[in-house]
Amino acid sequence: MKDDTRHAPRTTPIQSATFSQSINAEIRRAAATGIYDIRGGGAKRKLPHFDDLLFLGASISRYPLEGYRERCDTSVTLGTRFAKNPIQLDIPITIAGMSFGALSGPAKEALGRGATLAGTSTTTGDGGMTPEERGHSKRLVYQYLPSRYGMNPDDLRRADAIEIVVGQGAKPGGGGMLLGQKISDRVAEMRNLPKGIDQRSACRHPDWTGPDDLEIKILELREITGWRVPIYIKVGGARPYFDTTLAVKAGADVVVLDGMQGGTAATQDVFIEHVGQPILACIREAVRALQDLGMHREVQLVVSGGIRTGADVAKCMALGADAVAIGTAALIALGDNDPKWEAEYQKLGTTAGAYDDWQEGRDPAGITTQDPELMARFDPVEGGRRLNNYLKVMTLEAQTIARACGKSHLHNLEPEDLCALTMEAAAMAKIPLAGTDWYPGKPGSGY
Amino acid sequence: MQTFDLAAEGLRKLNETLHAQAGSTNQTLWEVVNPRGSHAIAVGLDAPIEVTVKGSTGYYCAGMNKQATVHVQGSAGPGVAENMMSGTVVVEGDASQYAGATGRGGTLIIKGNASSRCGISMKGIDIIVHGNIGHMSAFMAQSGNLVVCGDAGEALGDSLYEARLFVRGSVKSLGADCIEKEMRPEHLTLLAELLERGGCDARPEEFKRYGSARQLYTFKPDNAY
Repeated sequence: MKDDTRHAPRTTPIQSATFSQSINAEIRRAAATGIYDIRGGGAKRKLPHFDDLLFLGASISRYPLEGYRERCDTSVTLGTRFAKNPIQLDIPITIAGMSFGALSGPAKEALGRGATLAGTSTTTGDGGMTPEERGHSKRLVYQYLPSRYGMNPDDLRRADAIEIVVGQGAKPGGGGMLLGQKISDRVAEMRNLPKGIDQRSACRHPDWTGPDDLEIKILELREITGWRVPIYIKVGGARPYFDTTLAVKAGADVVVLDGMQGGTAATQDVFIEHVGQPILACIREAVRALQDLGMHREVQLVVSGGIRTGADVAKCMALGADAVAIGTAALIALGDNDPKWEAEYQKLGTTAGAYDDWQEGRDPAGITTQDPELMARFDPVEGGRRLNNYLKVMTLEAQTIARACGKSHLHNLEPEDLCALTMEAAAMAKIPLAGTDWYPGKPGSGY
Repeated sequence: MQTFDLAAEGLRKLNETLHAQAGSTNQTLWEVVNPRGSHAIAVGLDAPIEVTVKGSTGYYCAGMNKQATVHVQGSAGPGVAENMMSGTVVVEGDASQYAGATGRGGTLIIKGNASSRCGISMKGIDIIVHGNIGHMSAFMAQSGNLVVCGDAGEALGDSLYEARLFVRGSVKSLGADCIEKEMRPEHLTLLAELLERGGCDARPEEFKRYGSARQLYTFKPDNAY
């Protein structure tokens, strides 16, 4: 029998979609090390997001406002329910909580400088309040976390708002881990722990166990601070309807809802990519909870998790949020993952834009590190200037869109201003699919 | 002595009044009557005053205390003296769960028993319990001293850092990474001082010391279970 196989055309090699290059690389890494990957940077997989929504600008049925000339207000007041001194912000874009320890002192200073220039607030993180941050933030939200690292009643009284962190979008239900290499003398002292050891942040609060307890905990915080400052409750985007309902029941002035695209300093990759829901899927459910309670706009909703542009901001407003918070985007604005450090990212086995081992403390940009030499590369004044610019651009972008929809305030944007490009986005955001008046799950739709 | 009737004047007025006592106040003695199990009594104090609560309290009594001495002439609800910075809190009766949680300094004395999670995540406080403590006490405790004249429940000192635990009675079980340690002379001296401060009728030699094996200090897959 003649052998013709030598002359048969070769098929093009096909990579498996299931066993992709990145999956295979992770299998090899796991096989070599025996430990899961720990990293920061938030979810990297493609998720249904704000890019899957479009605004419907005005034509005849809606009347637009003149760009650059007619006023489109951006101010927001957070904490109007119980606090004597609600927080007044010029723009509805705030800086999310990121810990001193994960970030350097100068990076915290830069966040304070930039946010203050832009007329908005910053937020502390797991690790306490630093003088740099308090000193440069006109409005500072003090996070009250399960670990209670650095928790101090004097700082509580120095804060402009208190954010009780119950969950984080990148890891609802998970605690944190600040690896020992980032535990400098200063970080160790602030956290009452020995230098150089891995520091765990608990996944649950030590002294309350449910919404009824939380209500009493909030009473205590209000008594200590004289009912002056707003109390925020931050939840991860997992069960937004029920968590928002219970946060309101517990007495929150503000609910902060963080979707799975939210960044984190360090946690398990499998957790970042596989736990929680995209923020797009969470906003309308949280708003529905507030509406069912008659509390929409009475208890403000701040959303976060992958907010990047003014369009994202405007879409959040249209879906019913009162403000947004940015974390990863703020770090990039400061200069993290900047291509100018490409050679050094390469030495770390990565590339600018993909660097996510923030927990290792070797950030070439000097932002997510405690190494004095690396920290010295970062100029907090310049960082603050860049962040201010970025916040202004986002605000201008959101205003431009809002005016085109005929809105004189960002908060006047509404779901009717949007359509969805995909079935998934239509279902999650409860927005009609483009060209139709229908979305999956709409009453009477048959779905 | 200033007397404050909580039932008549309310919680806000009580805490406002106590917060207004500057460090140089000559009104150093306060008595709170009719507490009726109210929550958040005498929280956030920051003056060298003495407050006696004539009865039992609800959650978070003397929370985040600085400088003050708060005496509860009854039992205390959950979270008594949580995150205390300095000063002294004495509970004549029993304390519910999370007593002294995350406390950073000062002394908490419980003359009865304490419930579960006593001293959870403590960060420098000294807690002295005349009776027994419940399960998961001193979980993730970072620093400070926990003295138990009675027995300890399950999982004592789970995931402990550098806090020192002294127990006179039995320990139902030790938590992850918590081990019995040698009682050296310096520990006997420290314990004697703590027992005296707590008004305990016990001898240091009757106690065992527990601390961290420090095997969880660096994350390793082998530690997962």
